[in-house]
Amino acid sequence: MKAFWSRFRQNRGAVIGLVIIAIVIACAIAAPFLFPRSPWSMVQRPFLPPFEMDGLPLGTDALGRDVLSGLFHGARVSLLVGLVSTVVALAIGIPIGALAGYYGGLVDDALMRFTEFFQTIPSFALAIVLLAIFQPTLSYVILAIAIVSWPPVARLVRGEVLSLRNREFVEAATLSGQSNLRIILRQVLPNALPPIIVLASLMVATAILLESSLSFLGLGDPNVMSWGYMIGAARTVLRSAWWLSFIPGVAILLTVLALNLIGEGLNDALNPRLRKRTS
Amino acid sequence: MSLLAIDTLSIALPKGADRELAVKDVSFTLDKGEILCIVGESGSGKSMSANALMGLLPEGVTPSAGSITFEGRDLLTLSEPEMLALRGKDISMIFQEPLSALNPLMRIGDQIAEVFEAHDLLTPPERRKRALELLHEVGLPDPDTTIRAYPFQLSGGQRQRVVIAMALALEPKLLIADEPTTALDVTTQAQILDLIEDLRKRHGMAVLFITHDFGVVADIADRVIVMQHGEVVEAGEADKVLLDPTHSYTRALLDAIPKLTFRDSVEQTAQPILSVRDLDMTFTSRTGGFFKKPRVVKAVQKATFDLYQGETIGIVGESGSGKSTLGRCLVRLLTPQNGVVKIGGQDISKITGDALRQHRRRIQMVFQDPYSSLNPRSRIGTILTEGLIAYGTDKASARDKARELLSVVGLDPSAMDRFPHEFSGGQRQRVGIARALALDPEVIIADEAVSALDVSIQAQVLDLLADLKDRLNLSMIFITHDLRVAAQVCDRIIVMQRGEMVEFGPSAQVLGNPQTAYTQSLLDAIPGKAHEAALAAQKEAQA
Repeated sequence: MKAFWSRFRQNRGAVIGLVIIAIVIACAIAAPFLFPRSPWSMVQRPFLPPFEMDGLPLGTDALGRDVLSGLFHGARVSLLVGLVSTVVALAIGIPIGALAGYYGGLVDDALMRFTEFFQTIPSFALAIVLLAIFQPTLSYVILAIAIVSWPPVARLVRGEVLSLRNREFVEAATLSGQSNLRIILRQVLPNALPPIIVLASLMVATAILLESSLSFLGLGDPNVMSWGYMIGAARTVLRSAWWLSFIPGVAILLTVLALNLIGEGLNDALNPRLRKRTS
Repeated sequence: MSLLAIDTLSIALPKGADRELAVKDVSFTLDKGEILCIVGESGSGKSMSANALMGLLPEGVTPSAGSITFEGRDLLTLSEPEMLALRGKDISMIFQEPLSALNPLMRIGDQIAEVFEAHDLLTPPERRKRALELLHEVGLPDPDTTIRAYPFQLSGGQRQRVVIAMALALEPKLLIADEPTTALDVTTQAQILDLIEDLRKRHGMAVLFITHDFGVVADIADRVIVMQHGEVVEAGEADKVLLDPTHSYTRALLDAIPKLTFRDSVEQTAQPILSVRDLDMTFTSRTGGFFKKPRVVKAVQKATFDLYQGETIGIVGESGSGKSTLGRCLVRLLTPQNGVVKIGGQDISKITGDALRQHRRRIQMVFQDPYSSLNPRSRIGTILTEGLIAYGTDKASARDKARELLSVVGLDPSAMDRFPHEFSGGQRQRVGIARALALDPEVIIADEAVSALDVSIQAQVLDLLADLKDRLNLSMIFITHDLRVAAQVCDRIIVMQRGEMVEFGPSAQVLGNPQTAYTQSLLDAIPGKAHEAALAAQKEAQA
C-alpha cells in the first residue's frame, strides 16, 4: 500500500486529479448545508451575470435560479450517477467475464456473443432508447448507463481470467480440492483487480459524460438539477448569456479530466512494469 | 594487448535495491580466440557485467567506477551512436530465450538480412545470399526452406542456431553468450556448445560465456571466473578452478552438482499404490482453417507402470516427450482419452465433479516455477490452509498443521503471515512442497520441481525431498529433464520419447546400461562428463 502510494504520487497529473475530485466531492457533500433552498427556486431576476451581486457570485439563469447552487447540487447528481452506474456495470460485467474466461468453450461462446450483441449497438443510441422506454427517473438513468457500459468490463475480465487460469497457482488450488467458485473468487479475481480498477475510474468519467449528454437532451430525471440539464436549458440563450452553458461545461470538463488523470495514475501505480517500458 | 580488458568495474544499483553495487571491482581480460566463462548463481551480477559491456544496462543502473577497454577504446565513454556502430559489428550477443530474441512476425531470412541493413552493408540480394551461407554455417537443416520460415516453425535448438547466425553475421571479434543453452534440452545443448566451439576455432572469435552450469563450463571454457554477490571470488584456468578450487564458494558450487550415482531399488510391496495402464493422451488442435486436417499430437501413448509405497519413479525425456502431460493426466489436470489410473485400487481416470474433488487430495503436485505456483496476493498461511479448509478441516487446526508443515520443510512458522514475494526461489519451492504435503497425499508428483533453482538451492531442495521421503515413506513421481537429478533421487526411471515409454527399469540399469540408442544419446549429452572423469582420476591418485 505504501509502495502503491509512493508510485501514484510520482505522477503529478494524478495528484492534481485527486485534488480536483476531492473538491467536487466536498461540494457535493456541502451542497445541502450551503444551499438549503431547492436549486430550482427563483432567487433573483433572470440573466443576472456573474460577479454582479453579493450572495450570487455566478449569477442566475433564464428563470432566475442560482447558478452556483445548481452547480453544487449538480455535483451530487453527477458523482452519484457516475459511481453507482459504474458499480452496477461492474456487477454485470465481472461475473460474465469471469465465467466466460474460466470455463471457456460453450459457456465462453454464449456469454461473449451476448456481450457482443450489446457492443454492436451504439451505446448512446441504446441509452436513449432505454430511457424512452423506462420512466426518466434517476435510478433508470443509472440503470441505462450501466447497461450500455458493462461490455468492456466483461471483455477485460475475460482476458485477464484467461491468462490467469492456467497459472500454476490456480492449478494448485484445483488440486487442493477447492471448488470452482472459490477458485474464481479467491485465486483468480484478486489478481485481475488492478486493470479493473483502472478501467472503473475511467468508466466513472464516461458515465458522468453520458448522464450530462442525456440530461442535455432532456432525457434525464426532470426533478434533479444536473450539469447536463443546466447546459441544455441554457443552450437557447447561448448567444446572449454564454456563461450559463460555459460554467457547468467547465465543471464537467474538470471532473472528467480529473477522473482520467486519476485513471492514468492508477494504471502507472498498479502496473509499474508498463510504465517503465513507455518512459 | 588483450582484445577486451575490464578493469575494476563497479555497477551501481538504484537506491532501495537489496545491495548497493550489482557488480563490485570486477577485473578480467579476454584474448582473441579465447572462451571465458563467467559462472555464478542468479543475482551474482554475471549478466549485469555482460550488459554493461554492450551498453544495455537497465534504467537506473549505471557503471560507477572502472573501465571497459575494447581494442583500446573505453566503452563506457562512448556515445550512443558510437555504441550502435559497435554493437553487432564488433561485439554481438546471444540470449537465453531464443524465442523472445526473434521477431515472431518476420521470416528468418529477413531477420538475418536486417543485421546487414542496420549497418548499411551490402545490397539486398547479397544480404540474402549471405543469410543463406550463415544458415549453412550454423548447421540448420535445409537452409533454402528455413530462410523462408517463421520462428514459431522452428524448434528451440534451431531458433538458437538462427540467433547465433545473426550474431555471427558481421563476423564480430567478441561474442557474448548469456546462458545460451539454459532453455534447451541436453542433447540440443551439446550440439549448440559444439557449434560455438567450432565457430570460435574457425573465426578466431573471443567468447564471453555466461552460465550457471559447471558441466557446461568444463566442456567449453579456457578460463573461468566465479562470481558471488557481484564480486569475483575465483579466477583462473578452467582445469585448475574445476579440479582444484581454492575458494569455499566455488567448492560449494562444485559439490552441489548432482553426481551420476544410483540408488538401490526399494522392495516392492504386494499392492502398487498407483497403477497406470495403457494411458493415452492426444491433443487435437484446429489450425489453418476449416479445410485443413486438424493437427493431432499424441502426447502420451500407452503409458503403463506401477508405483509402490515408498518408491520414487523418475520420468525423463526431452521437452515435448510427453513427460509433463503424463504427470498432468495422473493428477487429473488433464483427462486422458484412454487407459486406467488406479490409486489405492480405484480408477480415477474417468471420474468427474464432486467424486473427482474428493479424490484430489490423494495425489498432489509440486510445480516447476516457484514464482508462478504461489498466488502473489495470498499469505503463505492462506496458501497452506486453503486445501485443508476445502476438505472440511476447521481453521484453527488447519493453521496448526500449516505451522507444523513449515517446520517440516525447514521454514520458520512466522512465514505464515508473509507474502510469497518476500521469499527466495528455494524458500518458495519449500512452501510448494509443504502445500503438496498438507493434504497427506498418497502420491506426490514433482514436475521439474528443482529445474528453476540454482545448483546450491537445488541440492538443498533435493536433500529435503530425500529426507521427507525417508521420514514419511512418500511415494513420488519425479519428472525431470536432468538425468543427474533423476539418478540421485529415483529408484526406477522411465525414459520417454515422443510420447512413448522407450525404457523403464531400475535407475542403475537404465542409466548405467542403457538399452536404447535414445537413452544413450541423452546420457552422452550430459555436459561435464570429461570433468567428472578427471575428478575421479584425481580422487584415485589421492587414494
